[in-house]
Amino acid sequence: MKSDHVAGGPAIETAGLVKTFGDNRAVDGVDLRIERGTVYGLLGPNGAGKTTTVRMLATLLRPDGGEAHVFGHDVVREADAVRSRVSLTGQYASVDEDLTGTENLVLLARLTGHSKKASYDRAAQLLAAFGLSEAAGRQVKNYSGGMRRRIDIAASILNTPDLLFLDEPTTGLDPRSRNQVWEIVRAVVDQGTTVLLTTQYLDEADQLASRIAVIDKGKVIAEGTKGELKASVGAGAVHVRLRDAEKRPDAELLLRQALDADVQLEPDPVALTARVGGNGDLNGCGPSEKASRALAELARAGIIVDNFSLGQPSLDEVFLALTGSPTDHDRTTEAQTKEATA
Amino acid sequence: MSTATQTTESPELAPVRTESLAELLVAKERPPRPNALQTSLTFGWRAMLKIKHVPEQLFDVTAFPIMMVLMYTYLFGGALAGSPSEYIQYLLPGILVMSVSMITMYTGLAVNIDIEKGVFDRFRSLPIWRPSTMVGYLLGDAVRYLLASIVMLTVGLIMGFRPDGGFPGVAAGVVLLIIFCFAFSWVWTMVGLLMRTEKGVMSVSMMVLFPLTFLSDIFVKPETMPGWLQAFVNNNPITHVASAVRDLMAGSWPTEEIAWTLGWSAVFVAVLGPVTMRLYNRK
Repeated sequence: MKSDHVAGGPAIETAGLVKTFGDNRAVDGVDLRIERGTVYGLLGPNGAGKTTTVRMLATLLRPDGGEAHVFGHDVVREADAVRSRVSLTGQYASVDEDLTGTENLVLLARLTGHSKKASYDRAAQLLAAFGLSEAAGRQVKNYSGGMRRRIDIAASILNTPDLLFLDEPTTGLDPRSRNQVWEIVRAVVDQGTTVLLTTQYLDEADQLASRIAVIDKGKVIAEGTKGELKASVGAGAVHVRLRDAEKRPDAELLLRQALDADVQLEPDPVALTARVGGNGDLNGCGPSEKASRALAELARAGIIVDNFSLGQPSLDEVFLALTGSPTDHDRTTEAQTKEATA
Repeated sequence: MSTATQTTESPELAPVRTESLAELLVAKERPPRPNALQTSLTFGWRAMLKIKHVPEQLFDVTAFPIMMVLMYTYLFGGALAGSPSEYIQYLLPGILVMSVSMITMYTGLAVNIDIEKGVFDRFRSLPIWRPSTMVGYLLGDAVRYLLASIVMLTVGLIMGFRPDGGFPGVAAGVVLLIIFCFAFSWVWTMVGLLMRTEKGVMSVSMMVLFPLTFLSDIFVKPETMPGWLQAFVNNNPITHVASAVRDLMAGSWPTEEIAWTLGWSAVFVAVLGPVTMRLYNRK
């Protein structure tokens, strides 16, 4: 292998990784290269193959094809060496719900070779750092969603891992708990741990990851830094609602000229969406600048706008831009919209 | 409901202290890797904690065995041995073997319920001796078998069971039974991993346990059975265990039956252990 055990090789390197479940090619030839000490985002919808990829890298699933190396160790042949360097926080709480917070952490500490005393000490320190001291003696099944995530991550960093897998760490959390999870992840990364993060949310990848791979139907469809990815997608979309449905054709024309971008007519007869071409050029013509100019154009033409918003590109928009086809669950509505546009 | 608890809980949840978190993360050296025995015992401790938190699960090792002793002693006692107090001398060691063998199937249920949970992913991604998770279950279950044995023997003594082997003989019988059940439980770890649902585990275990326990010498002596049935009964591992335990408790030393019991135990572990681990690694 090119990569070896010495420092400097990539944390993760895969070539043509494949996993099939029956007829379904869940992971279909994934090539990744993830440098040490970085946060790498794996972005994609449900069923894209993110979790399957992570499970193979964490030695929980055996690949059906291709190769994967973690710190230079083959995930199949040297699974044990990989296991001693990585830690996994699964999509669902990877802790024992019947046990208390303390018991969970002590269990894992004991399993990784800490003495009884050291285990209890470490558990208490971690619980304190995660703001869970008061809940230490309660069974995890009685924890709130945010607390579960914390104990879960605490369990993952009980022994500072060299590589941490975070599989959709904030799915189902309220915004506040979400921010706290992000804070924790940043603290972990600051200590030099490499993080592989899977997420369905572009903003999460944006907040945490330095490089992102977009994955769909088991394949990596785009890969690059955040900037590169955004440039390929456009910075966002302006959603406009008009007071008067009859003015929509005029508005469409104006927006198309002002933004120099595709304008989509929504099923709602007064609504339109325009993607803002956002290479985010530095000379005062960022996406919001462009959008406000376009809105001014509408006002000048006497078209009354009831409501407007400028959104970051959603995952659907990323998909639309990258594949030309939306994610599965939206396929029908998007197809209708396209027809209407045509 | 859940949203209500969320909103009341979130604000009072203490903030994450990132600076102390950073301090904790700095320590990168890991302690030396624990050996197979240590990790197995730790998983056994986990099983004990589960009993502590969910004591209701002890119902099957207390109420069920008591029911078995009472039912069979008074139901068959008069017909088979003249009186319940005479029958219990023959029956109790056997019914002990039967009850404890039957409760081994709960291992399968526990594995089946647990394996779908996220915590198994964590165990499986740890650099430890792989079978220790399963051995931990069985160690926890051994404690349950011991508890069931004590409960049944106590009830038996109250009902008039007077073993000639005294305490050493009874203790030796219980130890042999627990060794056998520890080995026999590997059937259930395998079934627990193989079946998709709890119900599947239940029905398979009934299919296996009923013939295995009833077609033995637990209730009646094999001499009373037709020849073809005797052939099965005499080669049934449960018959060997029951005979060995009965003789030990009666104060003798049934070398041959003990050897059969330990032999079967070794076969169960040697064959089903690797099968279980194969399934476990594939999950």
